[in-house]
This record gives sequence, C-alpha cells and structure tokens, in this order.
Amino acid sequence: MTGAIRDLVKYIDEYRDHRIAHALAAEIRGRASRKWVLMEICGGQTHTIMRYGLDELLGDNIELVHGPGCPVCVTPLETIDKAIELASLSDVTLVSYGDMLRVPGSHSDLFQAKAKGGDVRVAYTPLEALKIARAHPERRVVFLAIGFETTAPANAMAAWQARHEGLRNFSMLVSQVLVPPAIRALMSSPANRVQGFIAPGHVCTVMGCDEYEALARDFHVPFVVTGFEPVDLLQAVLLLVKQLEAGSAQLENQYARSVQAHGNPVAREIMQQVFAVADQKWRGLGMIPSSGLRLRDEYADYDAVKIFGLADITVEEPAECVSAQVLQGLKKPTDCSAFGSRCTPENPLGAPMVSSEGACAAYYRYRRHTADN
Amino acid sequence: MLGHGSGGKLSAELVRSIFLPAFQNPALAKLNDQAVMNVNGVRLAFTTDSFVVKPLFFPGGNIGSLAVHGTINDLAMAGARPLFLSAAFILEEGFSLSELRRVVDSLSQAATDANVQVVTGDTKVVEKGSGDQLFINTAGIGLVPQGLELSADQARPGDKILLSGFIGDHGIAILAQREGLEFESAIQSDSAALHGLVAEMLEASDGISPHDTQEQRVAATLGGAIRCLRDPTRGGLSSALNEIAEQSKVGIQIEEPTIPIREEVRGACEMLGLDPLYVANEGKLIAIVEAGAAEPILQAMRRHPLGRDSRLIGTVTERSPGTVLMRTALGTTRIVDMLAGDQLPRIC
Repeated sequence: MTGAIRDLVKYIDEYRDHRIAHALAAEIRGRASRKWVLMEICGGQTHTIMRYGLDELLGDNIELVHGPGCPVCVTPLETIDKAIELASLSDVTLVSYGDMLRVPGSHSDLFQAKAKGGDVRVAYTPLEALKIARAHPERRVVFLAIGFETTAPANAMAAWQARHEGLRNFSMLVSQVLVPPAIRALMSSPANRVQGFIAPGHVCTVMGCDEYEALARDFHVPFVVTGFEPVDLLQAVLLLVKQLEAGSAQLENQYARSVQAHGNPVAREIMQQVFAVADQKWRGLGMIPSSGLRLRDEYADYDAVKIFGLADITVEEPAECVSAQVLQGLKKPTDCSAFGSRCTPENPLGAPMVSSEGACAAYYRYRRHTADN
Repeated sequence: MLGHGSGGKLSAELVRSIFLPAFQNPALAKLNDQAVMNVNGVRLAFTTDSFVVKPLFFPGGNIGSLAVHGTINDLAMAGARPLFLSAAFILEEGFSLSELRRVVDSLSQAATDANVQVVTGDTKVVEKGSGDQLFINTAGIGLVPQGLELSADQARPGDKILLSGFIGDHGIAILAQREGLEFESAIQSDSAALHGLVAEMLEASDGISPHDTQEQRVAATLGGAIRCLRDPTRGGLSSALNEIAEQSKVGIQIEEPTIPIREEVRGACEMLGLDPLYVANEGKLIAIVEAGAAEPILQAMRRHPLGRDSRLIGTVTERSPGTVLMRTALGTTRIVDMLAGDQLPRIC
C-alpha cells in the first residue's frame, strides 16, 4: 500500500505541473475572443479552482460559476433535522460522512448532538456502519446515506449486504441526488447564463457519458467530462473554449484515464437493484422531478424513515442565506452580505460555508484576501 | 465540544473568552506555549500539557514518550534547557497493568534520553466509562538564558521563516492506526524532544547580526537573531503560522513548493481529503529569524539529526497583518486559514 500511495503522488504531480498549467492558461487567454461563462458542477472541482487560483490564470474572458455539485450542501434541511432527531435517541448510533457533522440544521447540527451525548460516528465508507451494527447488536445503527451518483453504489452495497446477511439493526436515512436532472433544471431556468459545462468526472466514472451527450444535444451546450487536478480543469476549459469559439456543442471526455463511455456497469447494477429514481428536494434548489434515489420497496426494512416513523417536516432556511443562488451559479459567495462576517465556517448560515466542497467555504478558505482588498 | 480542543479557532476562542479573563497576568498574556518568569534573578520556563492520544501506541512512539516530548518541546520553544518534569496519570478502571508498565517504561526512557528527571507525580483512577483508558498530564520547568526573549509577538517584516523538516508525519501515523481507517503505512510519528536542536540553533545565532547599541549587544549574547520558535502540533503548520501572524501583527507569506512533505503523507492526505498543512507534528519546529541570520541558522539546524531536512519556507511581510498567504506551485496566491475545528474527512 505504501508503494501504491507513492505512485499515486507521482501520478498526481503530472497534473499539477507548473509549466503545463501556464501553457494551457496562455492558450485559453489567446483563444477566448469574447466572454464565456462556464460552470463546473462538482464541488471538488470548485475547490481545486480556488485552491490553485486557476481563475486568476484564465484572463477576463472566462467566467467560472460554481454549480450545485456539493453533496453536503444540497442535502435538504429536513434530512439533517431527521438525522439529529435520530442521533438523540439513546439506542441509536448514527454513522455519517465527516462533512455532514457541522452542517446547520434548523436549530442544531450533528456535532452538537454528539456533544449532548448522542452516539454520532464518522466513517469513510458505509461498510464501516455495517461493521458497527454487527459488533453491537444491541444498538440500532443508522447510516446517513447522502451524496451523488458517486456515493450511491457504496451506499447501495451497504443495504444489499445488510439484507443479504439478515442484519436487523441497520438502516439508512437516504438522501441521494442525481446530477443530470439538476443540470436540466438549471438550463431550463430563464436566469441561466451558463454556456458550457465542466462535467463531473467521478460521477461519470460510475454513470458513463451518455446522459451528458443527451444534455449537450438537447440544450446545444458543450460538455467536457473533467478530472480534479489543476491541469485537468485547464484542459477542460481549453476544450470548451475551442468548441464555443467554433460554435460546436459536443460531449468530450478529458478524464479518459478514469471515465469510460458506459461507466462502471457493476456499480450501476447494484444501484439499480437497491435504489429507484424518485422526486427529490435539493437544499437551495427545491423539488426537482426524478432527481433523486429512494430505497426500493424490497429494502423497506432498511429505510430509517419507515422504521423510526419519522414525520415529514418542512422547515425554512435563514432568510439572509443566498446559498440557493450560489448553488445555481447566479451569485458568487462574495456577493452575499453575510459572507465572512455573519456567516463563517465556525458559524455558518448555510451548508456551502461548511462542506469542504461548498463554494462559500472555498472562497472563505482560499480567497478572502482578494475580497478584502 | 470536541472542536474546542482542536488547536484551531474554536480552541483560541475558548482561551480568550474563559481562561484569559479568569487568570490575567503578564506571563500568561503572552500566549506562548510556556510562561517565562524571573525568580530571584533566575529565568524559569514553566509549562504543562495533557495527553489524550488515541490509540495509546502508534508507530514511532506511545502516549508515554509523547508526554515527555510534548512538554520538553514547549519549554524548548522558549530557548529553555529543560530540567524537571511532573507526570500525572488518570487511569480508567480496568486498564491493563502490563500496558501501563509499557507506557511508563517508555516515558522513563524518553526522559532519560532527554536528560530530564521526572521528580513528582500523581495517580487517579476513574470509573469505567468516565475516561478513555489512560490520560497523562506532564508539567515541566527549565532555565532560559539571560537576555533571550523568544515570543510569538516578535516577528518583524523581512524576517525569514525556517521549518525543521517534513510535516504531517505524526497526524498521519495516528490516523492510519485509528479504527476504521484500514490503510497500512510505513509512516512513523516524528515525536521527538527538540531542545538539542534548539541549543544548536541558539549557538549558531549567537552574535550573528550587527548590533550598534549596548542593549542590542546584550540581546545578542544568545540567540539574538531568533525572534520566535513554535512547534506546530495540533492544527499543524497552518495554525502555528496564523498564531504568529496574529500575535506579531504581521503578514506571513510561505512558498508551497518549499514545504517538505513525504510522498506517503501527501498520498494519505489525498486519499483522506486532508490538507497536510493542518496535520499535527510532534517533532518539528518553526523558527522566525532575522533575514541576515537565516542561512547560518539553517546550516546549524541541518547539522542536527532532527533538523537534517530543514528548509527556508517563507518571509514575514507588512502586507495583510494577521494573515498567512501561500504562493502555490502554480504561482498563484491563496490564504492559509486557521481551521474552525478539526479537519473533517471529505465525502467523496
């Protein structure tokens, strides 16, 4: 494993090469004859852009706006409130991905639930929650199964495995979202300004490229499936600029080292078996038809909402938070009057200020010095 | 909440809002890792630290050796020669005596190696469930040479920033051992006592810089060119630099490509979604030094086994006081912020 970790770093270094990055940026500046507005969907890509200051290299003709691809940010407030409610039950162990713990619910967050004695644990994989369930049959273990198509296969695997083993003390609080319906909703909005998309490389690693080819055709906008390193993103911007300047609207795959045209069939198969497509509420965006996943009826015994009889609740966001517009690329985090003052990572008003993939957190962490000046 | 112990902003807030107002005095107000007091003409450095590391045993050390190194390092950052330690043990009922013996042996060995004595101590046992196996508190005293004033509020624009070696080793060695993170790694904690390295640096910086007045000459009798030393433990390199920037009211600019990070640590951080700038160290120091003395001090650090991989990583500036900026490998600039609490593992 140590050898593998070392190889990983060598491999990554090629995609952070200073000279390649600057050559790409120079070509982008040379080719962009007018202003183009591009959106990166995935929050991981937003963070690379901010962390390496890629937008500083692109010149005035390229505007990058940040999309809704932060799984933590779009998880509805109601789901977080439900998770907090579950965590406060004395016989429940709530297992979650780490980013979720500091996301504000209506009145509290999971960190506070933990501080008040709730058994809240952080895991890197849902299979960890299964292990806890096996080791502690006296506890009811709930996994907070959130995320995009990237987490869906592993989350599905956990439910499948639990059912396969007949594990009775494991369930999932599911809030899975799908990228293509959200892009459709953004493109159909009259306020849309986006002219080209940097498509999410990891989502496409699972799902393949077909859905994005359809989007490119239907809305006549170019899509480039893209990786997460600085050189990946600069290559993608260059490909988009070339297409836009030529009036083309094709799907291209910049991230071919990971993404195959048809994705990962095994991962898609397990998703299909466990989850069905359903309408889904997105924090900041509202209800989007057929944009989420729910557990299939055969998995009802593993659905925390059913097991615990969690009531459907509707709650409101803080009025000052503009995360809805940020998540649609309509506003930059720095356009918000609360940014950096009343809303900080310590006291966040909205989820994008919390998650390591949230756009507001990216601006706060890497870019506050330019906002100040 | 747990975040209040992370060494980040929440910790700082807790200290500012609760502890400082309650105990206000000049030695504490300096907010250094140790207090330095004049007692009958002797300059005494005094510090205390509690150790709650989990797991108790990790590659490169255990809670016993760490409890010695951590407290010695807090003394060493004042330029003090550490002399005596106390050790207090809080045991959870049922904790195995053989493990306790291993920890105590290791604590004793670390003290002997560092040439300090554990001269007083205490033991408490708490009910099962009221503690987590074993907690250790150590306190230490040491002697600070006359005229030596190392403090986090002394950095001045133009000063250079030196780092004594690879960052992130301790934090990643611990993480790799934690339940649920099943990756094997050869990464060892860097846990070590740094007073020997500091002594080497003080000697090297002795009388390096030009001194016009009598007062400056006195200040230069030892370590006159070193403004401040910090060991970047909890909260990592980033928190230590932010504290210095804030307390000295200066800007700090570091250069990403100069910061030494082992490939294994970088790889583990990539996988776990962590930033090595925030990962803990237990055997590294940052030195803020006068620009003219940077090179000879750097050479002295490299002569010591614990400073072999020392580098110059940045400069103190006048720009944006209280802020740490980093020039990235791509030549762009970004903020290196102090984290609110612990780093949260990313979802994907």
